[in-house]
Amino acid sequence: MAELLEIKNNERVQRAAIPHLEFADFRQELLDFAVAGGQVVQLFAYQDSGLLKLLAVLRNDKLYVAGCDAPDTFASLTVESEKFHMFEREIGEQYGLEPKGHPWLKMVRYHANYTGKKDLFGNDYSQDIPGNYPYFTVDGETVHEVAVGPVHAGIIEPGHFRFQCCGERVFHLEIQLGYQHRGVEKLLQSVPFKRLPIIAETIAGDTTIGHSLCQAQAIESLACLKIDEGAGIVRSIALELERIANHVGDLGALSLDAAFNPPAAYFGRIRGDYLNLSQILSGNRFGRGLVRPGGVTKIMGDEQKGLLIDKLTELTPQVEHVNDLIFSAPSVLARFENTGTVNYADAEKLGLVGYAGRACGLAYDARVAFPTEVYAGLPANTNHKTDGDVCSRAMVRREEIIHSTTLINTLLGKTEEAKSYIPEIPKLAPTSFVVSINEGWRGEVSHCILTDTDGKILRYKVKDPSFHNWIGLALALRDEGISDFPICNKSFNLSYCGFDL
Amino acid sequence: MEAILSFCFAVLLAPLFPVVIQKVKAGIAGKQGPPWLINYYTVVKLLRKGSVYSTSTSFVFKLGPVVSLAASFLLLLFFPWAGRAPLCSFHGDVIMLFYIMGLGRFFTILAALDTASPFEGMGAAREAFFSVLAEATIFCILILFFRLTGSLSFAEFFVDTHFLNLMDTHGALLLLAVVGLYIVMLTENSRVPVDDPATHLELTMIHEVMILDHSGPDLALIEIGAWFKLLFYAAFLSCIVNPFQVDNIFLNGFLFYVVVVFVYITIGVVESCMARYKLEVVPKFILKASILVLFGIILTIGGL
Repeated sequence: MAELLEIKNNERVQRAAIPHLEFADFRQELLDFAVAGGQVVQLFAYQDSGLLKLLAVLRNDKLYVAGCDAPDTFASLTVESEKFHMFEREIGEQYGLEPKGHPWLKMVRYHANYTGKKDLFGNDYSQDIPGNYPYFTVDGETVHEVAVGPVHAGIIEPGHFRFQCCGERVFHLEIQLGYQHRGVEKLLQSVPFKRLPIIAETIAGDTTIGHSLCQAQAIESLACLKIDEGAGIVRSIALELERIANHVGDLGALSLDAAFNPPAAYFGRIRGDYLNLSQILSGNRFGRGLVRPGGVTKIMGDEQKGLLIDKLTELTPQVEHVNDLIFSAPSVLARFENTGTVNYADAEKLGLVGYAGRACGLAYDARVAFPTEVYAGLPANTNHKTDGDVCSRAMVRREEIIHSTTLINTLLGKTEEAKSYIPEIPKLAPTSFVVSINEGWRGEVSHCILTDTDGKILRYKVKDPSFHNWIGLALALRDEGISDFPICNKSFNLSYCGFDL
Repeated sequence: MEAILSFCFAVLLAPLFPVVIQKVKAGIAGKQGPPWLINYYTVVKLLRKGSVYSTSTSFVFKLGPVVSLAASFLLLLFFPWAGRAPLCSFHGDVIMLFYIMGLGRFFTILAALDTASPFEGMGAAREAFFSVLAEATIFCILILFFRLTGSLSFAEFFVDTHFLNLMDTHGALLLLAVVGLYIVMLTENSRVPVDDPATHLELTMIHEVMILDHSGPDLALIEIGAWFKLLFYAAFLSCIVNPFQVDNIFLNGFLFYVVVVFVYITIGVVESCMARYKLEVVPKFILKASILVLFGIILTIGGL
């Protein structure tokens, strides 16, 4: 760790100050860090004055950063630690750099690389998806293959799932995404400044606040903008409301998947009520247009506070009742328990984040580890059931709903009021780097911005928690009944568009 | 004449009863539920549509819905509605009827396999497995009934005798059969906790997934067949549990259908207060039924 630079969340760092290592040293540092229990927050390539470079942001209980020149082909880190597998595939796809020896090098999102190098996967991108990619297969007389998607029943996003089964038992699930690749990162590097927040809000529609918060903080750091505590309070409340609304919706959907109807109906309605609270705060149900670099666009006055307090007082006992209904039904618990288990060791190796990680016993919560806004002064949550199964993931959400409600109530008791927000186009600090981490409802959301000598955005890297967690879902299905897939899927409820970018 | 009328009445009412389940479930979940005549609308809608056939299917695929509806239709012909003599009857007809039902299922499974869809193949495998287990229970029940009444015909079971009734001397024994039959009803009609008729998730379906590729009139035939089958099981149960016996045939018929509706209501309540089982637990659930009934048979061995 000697050669890594310790940084803080949202700390502006001169790019020159980031240790620039030889690739071999860089690789060794990263591997040592990963083996010692650290996790990868960001690992990506970028082009700087014609040269390709790599940059890594790592975390244990602190944050570290380091970079190096990127060789065209390099010895894969995944061979020694699984924590890098997605990042290396992404680097290979985005910049045509080949991680030699990567055990499973396949396309992530199906798009041509940015550098014009030869495509690693032999794809012809004038053709529609699916690309030229041999799926993992299992041979044998009793083995059968089930392909689901990319078009699904119901109103979910596109993604392809391929199961290798023996009867009802799943040997292996392979998940291929990329159907919603919109080129978000490239877009964020090219659009006029005032469009940045609008794009950030649409990275994943259900994580509007999570992503826009990351972006706003990163830009504020680069532009030396200070926001007042009142705005921080509104932002934190919005983030917690987003968390509650999604957890409530998912618990309802989980119970519907178990064919237990009443809670699904109740939670469907209650989720709407929480979305309406976001409307009080931001003017619309999904928190759009609220968080902007420099503050928040809507002021939370006494009237709004009163409405929020009244409605929360009404909703909280209802949520607790419905939760009791779900978690006291033996048939529901029998359906949830020991289904889709990911053990602690695997979860640690894959670096699962958010409730998926916490349900496996990885306590990491970005609100506690790297607090932003007003989280430093708020109490942390603890999870009591960490068996890694569907039941644990559901329980963690239940506990988080209660915890988030407490947080909102605490925040509503504060008196600081946000100043009115004046839109301006700030000047970003040149040749700087910032990484921003927030605990979105699904887990660690991270944005990373590098600026060039003119203060323009040189590289904008986005990471949704789904980037880590999709592989967790694949593992949860190992040796599980194929009929348990929908309930496992719902317990993770990962983002397709957040992954596809 | 009376037999024909009671049969027609049953056929016409069959689509109405499943709405009872939906209404009960909706009521418990705090919703309104569909209109009472939804199933009639559905049939009309489907019959007016065209059919879409996959190029990989053959005539077997088109045969499936027809045979399964015909099988369910036959069930109703042989059933003594409200204790009145059925249209057709002969000694041993119950055994034939349960195998006719098996034939209907066989063709549904063939049609599902004919689509070559991996989903439908899985559904077919599940349906075949679970119905084999349910058949064991059915035959245990028939053995028990044979020991109690010495006959194997619906007409002899229920027409003008109250022998197979919970109110009768063997009521305690029949209680076991009622529980067994109830479980078989849930299994055969793909209800919670065995299957979830309302889900959209193909991977967890049992029966529904087998009919994914059917459309238009074919789907209508399948739906009607399913309503007939459910009505048959509900009526079978009602005959056993019906405590009312009056001489007026109209009042008697009315009371019979009240009990039938009660059976449908219990299905709605069961579906509202429990989640479905994990797939690997389902066989245990079904076998539980046959063990209960088997116990009933053992109790009759000492002589009645």
